[in-house]
Amino acid sequence: MWELLKNLADWLTSGDEWSGTAGIATRLLEHTQYSLLSTLIAALIALPIGLLIGHTGRGAFLAINLASFGRALPTVGLITLVFLVSGLSMWPVYISLVALAVPVIVTNTYAGMAAVSPEVKDAAAGQGLTGWQVLWKVEVPLALPLIMTGIRLAVVQVIATATIAAYVSFGGLGRYVFDGLAQRDLVQVLGGAVLVAVLAIAVDLALGGVGACLSGLAGSRAAQHAPSPHGAPGQVAPPHDR
Amino acid sequence: MGKGLPVIEFESVSKHYPNGTTAVDDLTLTMPEGGITVLVGTSGCGKTTTLRMINRMVDPSSGRIKLNGKDISATDRAELRRGIGYVIQQAGLFPHRTVLDNIATVPLVLGWGRRKARARAEELLERVGLQPDAAKRYPHQLSGGQQQRVGVARALAADPPVLLMDEPFSAVDPVVRAHLQDELLRLQDELQKTIVFVTHDIDEAVRLGDRIAIFRTGGQLVQCATPAELLARPADAFVADFLGAERGLKLLSLSTLAGVEQGPAPESGRWRLVTSGDGRPQGWRDTTADGDSAGADLVPVRPLSDGDSLLAALNEAVASPSGLIARVDADGKLTGVTSRDAIHDAAGHEHARAAKADGGAAPAKTDAEGVIA
Amino acid sequence: MNSVDWGWIPDHARDLTILALDHMATAGPAVLFGLLIAVPLAVVAHRVRALRGLLLGISSILYTIPSLALFVLLLPITGLTRTTAIVGLTAYTLCVLIRNTVEGLDAVPAHAREASVAMGSSRTRTLLTVELPLALPVIMAGVRVATVMSISLVSVASYIGYGGLGQLFTDGFQRNFTTPVWAGVALTLLLALVADALLVAIQWLCTPWQRGHAARTSAGKAA
Repeated sequence: MWELLKNLADWLTSGDEWSGTAGIATRLLEHTQYSLLSTLIAALIALPIGLLIGHTGRGAFLAINLASFGRALPTVGLITLVFLVSGLSMWPVYISLVALAVPVIVTNTYAGMAAVSPEVKDAAAGQGLTGWQVLWKVEVPLALPLIMTGIRLAVVQVIATATIAAYVSFGGLGRYVFDGLAQRDLVQVLGGAVLVAVLAIAVDLALGGVGACLSGLAGSRAAQHAPSPHGAPGQVAPPHDR
Repeated sequence: MGKGLPVIEFESVSKHYPNGTTAVDDLTLTMPEGGITVLVGTSGCGKTTTLRMINRMVDPSSGRIKLNGKDISATDRAELRRGIGYVIQQAGLFPHRTVLDNIATVPLVLGWGRRKARARAEELLERVGLQPDAAKRYPHQLSGGQQQRVGVARALAADPPVLLMDEPFSAVDPVVRAHLQDELLRLQDELQKTIVFVTHDIDEAVRLGDRIAIFRTGGQLVQCATPAELLARPADAFVADFLGAERGLKLLSLSTLAGVEQGPAPESGRWRLVTSGDGRPQGWRDTTADGDSAGADLVPVRPLSDGDSLLAALNEAVASPSGLIARVDADGKLTGVTSRDAIHDAAGHEHARAAKADGGAAPAKTDAEGVIA
Repeated sequence: MNSVDWGWIPDHARDLTILALDHMATAGPAVLFGLLIAVPLAVVAHRVRALRGLLLGISSILYTIPSLALFVLLLPITGLTRTTAIVGLTAYTLCVLIRNTVEGLDAVPAHAREASVAMGSSRTRTLLTVELPLALPVIMAGVRVATVMSISLVSVASYIGYGGLGQLFTDGFQRNFTTPVWAGVALTLLLALVADALLVAIQWLCTPWQRGHAARTSAGKAA
């Protein structure tokens, strides 16, 4: 065990491992790129859906169940499938990761919107705000903490899962896991895992900081409703379960 | 009204919190057996803390509390609590248990066995005025008033001699609250429990209390006395202020019409009291009105019996077109009428009597001990 | 060839059934063990403020480790066995289960807890008879998420030989044949759906007080 940790430390601190087109720096960058781009695309798809069903209250049942259905999609299966259908391209990676992130963001966005008390919305509408203004000036600021939680959950899951890009011959930190597995090199697998975990935690914390700033801008009232800073999956259950 | 031996005794009890606030400040107070002691005051005055120290939900910082002469700090918490009924705001019912299982909680903890506990719960359900079909329901399926009744039944389940009630009726509407208060008094007539009741509503305190202890912010007991004495002779401006501007009227709510003179219904004058064949008052008829429709246009009357309060009589007299109230017996038959003046006189006498009640009135003397300088 | 070979599926019905059962033999115990570990930890986290952040933090960090890497790292300890797959998945369920259980316990109405204590129940009795039952709906929401997630993640364990339906993905990938992959994805979704429905039914049975609750409140609002 001690030996393993020592080797791991050597591996992680070796300059040779970090440099070059197949070095850690490059892999880290690739991994970050896959993850952030996927989450961004997922957010662009999921946020409007979540906001729409949250604001209108229509289609919530369908959307939430589709989202939980989406959670069940085996990412390995999806990436294999897309790979077999589309051939060697970036499609399999992005499609699988986006599919992974969308349900999480939709569920949390909707939950955040649903948690805004009807009285507050009523009061806003009563003061003459249009539906659009109620959405942007009242609902979104109040729902923001939960929306941010959703994005953070998604990004952590995506970063952990982006490892499988290596399965379909792409880069990213997953290379170390797969290559290490193939070469029975535990140090490499462990190194890859540690790097992925550190990346996930770093991005999560960074987004947490961004979320706090956004909440601060949106008004301290919204911030009071912020859930505990460490995002985790399942934090928000489908509201009909509660 | 039980005026027995002291069951609960506070001896120089204080409660300070680490953040420097004092919830209860050097409290010495006794609560007699079989009586309702109401703790009243504004929020943050320490009344709830005082109540919660009795079942050791809160432990005092200093001083001693005795229950039946025994220091409660020497009693096991759980054991102590099982012997004290506890009713809290919004009933505190278990949402996941049926009404029956809620009521049977303490008997089951005490190991009565399921059958006996359920039988007892069913008995109590009826006793607090709920239908048997409520037994299988869940608390959320009941109205606020019904939930509160279940809360009282649950507290009574193991027949504890002492009952603590923490603002139990504050979350229900005034009509239901009045009902629940009546029910509590009726139950208390049967059961003669030692009840400690916390409220912020002075009217509720006057209505229910055998004795009322008024607390001031900072946890100081200002005055502890019978409702009549309190209303007639508030210890200081704080108490007088707390009792409100209608203090004199509230005092009238404590005395009844019994003994107030009555005379025959008027045979002359503008207003005549119409009664039914069996002697029940129907209403006042205006003899100056058109003869044709006179029978239909009765001004309604609310007949009062001897058990009704002077306050109700005064209210009725003010509203009555003739200035007279109709008095009836227990069967609702007219016994006579009483004038506004006679009621005023009686009210004035009541007030005067209460104001100088110290002449040998035992409660006033002992109560004085409850007053902290 | 990339179109689905429909004939393949009935031909392999027996194999598919075995793989599906194998799939559940990994996912089921993972959730069960997760629950057995998570609930006591959550009770501790709920009661001891100081440990709450620590426990939630550790379980969150576990969650960031790529699942494949976790399986591989367990190999030296538990070898190429089903235990490796189950332990790995259990670790992932902890994050959801601990968090939801803590949240469920937090959401128990204070008056119910207070009433129980005031009636002379011990802390353990209050936990077992009042707090956990009332936290059940939120805990069950977590169990549902953990179950669906575990069923979806089992396929990753095919790299260590216990992937259940995940074997179909490897198989299809190696033979460049999409039908088994389609079948694997569809059956995984089906399993998740059935398991989820089962959990909903269990929750319905275990929480009689919640039935018709929503209907009543909405009726109350309309009135």
